Amino acid sequence: MYQTGNMVKELADKYGRKRESLMPILQDIVKKHNYLTDEAMVEVATELDISAAEVYGTASFYTFLDTEERGKNVIRVCKTITCSMKGKNDVISTLEEILKIKVGQTTPDKMFTLLETNCIGWCHKAPAMLVNDMPYTDLSSETVIDVIKGYMRK
Amino acid sequence: MKSKGLTKVDLIFESIDAKEVLAKAFSMTPEEIINQVLESGLKGRGGAGFPTGMKWKFTAAEKDPEKYIVCNADEGEPGTFKDREILDRVVYKVYGGMAIAGKAMGAKKGYIYLRGEYRFLLPQLYLELHKFQKMIAEIGYDFTIEYRMGSGAYICGEESALFESIEGFRGEPRNKPPYPTTSGLFSKPTSINNVETLVTAMMIIAKGPQEYVKLGTKDSRGSKVFSISGDTPIPGIFELELGMTVQEFVNEFGDGDTKAVQVGGASGFCVPRKKFEDTIIGFEGVPTGGSMKLFNSSRSMYNVLHNYLDFFTEESCGQCTPCRVGCQQLLKGVEKVKKGEAKSTYLNELVKLADTMKVASKCGLGQSVGNAFRSIVENFREEIIY
Repeated sequence: MYQTGNMVKELADKYGRKRESLMPILQDIVKKHNYLTDEAMVEVATELDISAAEVYGTASFYTFLDTEERGKNVIRVCKTITCSMKGKNDVISTLEEILKIKVGQTTPDKMFTLLETNCIGWCHKAPAMLVNDMPYTDLSSETVIDVIKGYMRK
Repeated sequence: MKSKGLTKVDLIFESIDAKEVLAKAFSMTPEEIINQVLESGLKGRGGAGFPTGMKWKFTAAEKDPEKYIVCNADEGEPGTFKDREILDRVVYKVYGGMAIAGKAMGAKKGYIYLRGEYRFLLPQLYLELHKFQKMIAEIGYDFTIEYRMGSGAYICGEESALFESIEGFRGEPRNKPPYPTTSGLFSKPTSINNVETLVTAMMIIAKGPQEYVKLGTKDSRGSKVFSISGDTPIPGIFELELGMTVQEFVNEFGDGDTKAVQVGGASGFCVPRKKFEDTIIGFEGVPTGGSMKLFNSSRSMYNVLHNYLDFFTEESCGQCTPCRVGCQQLLKGVEKVKKGEAKSTYLNELVKLADTMKVASKCGLGQSVGNAFRSIVENFREEIIY
């Protein structure tokens, strides 16, 4: 859980209070906090003067606008065909081992969430994953550990 | 059918004097620009292949003073990554193509809808955008471009779903007609073009359509950027002239053991080895948005098909029943056949279902699930059953 404070109001000032402002506002909240709380969505609805169901309905359509609690770093491993062929399962099992969670779960310290995702456009450098916005490619059991250790130090 | 052979081309990534080309374009009349694009025979590079000149002509003919140019950078088709490379290396040509399209249609504003997976590119794209806006201001032309981000929904690559998303709604495709050229973004006349299409249009203006038509075939003019992945020693991005056979493609990019090539991504067609020789890559054969995936004989085509169906089941927007239920049933169906819970003849029923989805689904997603399904099941039936 996080407190939005003035964030929603400031975002509405920045992007406007029209319907088309909804996506940029939700995207900015997720960029900062990694997921949308019920409170945040209700606040957005109030600012834009639309129903909270409209906000939730829109947010829940989009995979990256998570409405469930996520860790500080969201790992999305590509599971589409080329990454699957090139060793995605090894990457996943290494991640599960070092983070001690399964796909879909968040570490108890709320540092990492491990997810699978559909094609992220790095098939020529498979397997690939996103950590927050950053892509990591040509992964192996060894290199993925280095990537995660980097985030653990941050 | 005679093949053109495999020829590498450098048009999309070639560096040009953008200011000179734009000054030239802005001095032309809208009709001149549209006629040049029509003459070039350019078809949309996102995969659907609608003639670009026609799209521009229809939008230009609309009387509404407010019109939009939208660049579709929601590259989500499995196996496609060429738009990211184009944005990364020559985004100034994307901006240029949009401004030229704007001049042709009388639009003053453009939007680029960039998939959320490419958000890391934004800082450099904005930097280039500032330079671009400064440059066209120097030429004395007014055209603004804004970015809008996707959030991980494949369906938003469908043009009307993309508009819905920019407008702040769930990315659910609209009924057509009306087509975007009459009622698109914010219900205004809109030309929506793929990243590569816009760059190609700028290159056509730069070099002249006479030069461009020398490339490719009657049905598939020009060259195309291919995203090549899978079982190949040289995965990556290659610009090739259109009109080669799959065999010629495999000779260049295969690993010596290629048994199938999936042309056009999950929504495209699977070409088996026995058809490599007489299948042309282009609109006269197998059309493609550029995704080329090679599979060698160590791969199970059941796994490939299962992966695609899993993808479509997740990415179907769920709005229309044929697609929402159809995807799920196809996935369950092949699993049943594989486990021996259904007879192999059940596959024939599933093919009928895929055909029904083709006619009954509302948008391109549901309509094209049958492409991969039918071509894999028909050509690799025993791999699905046993």
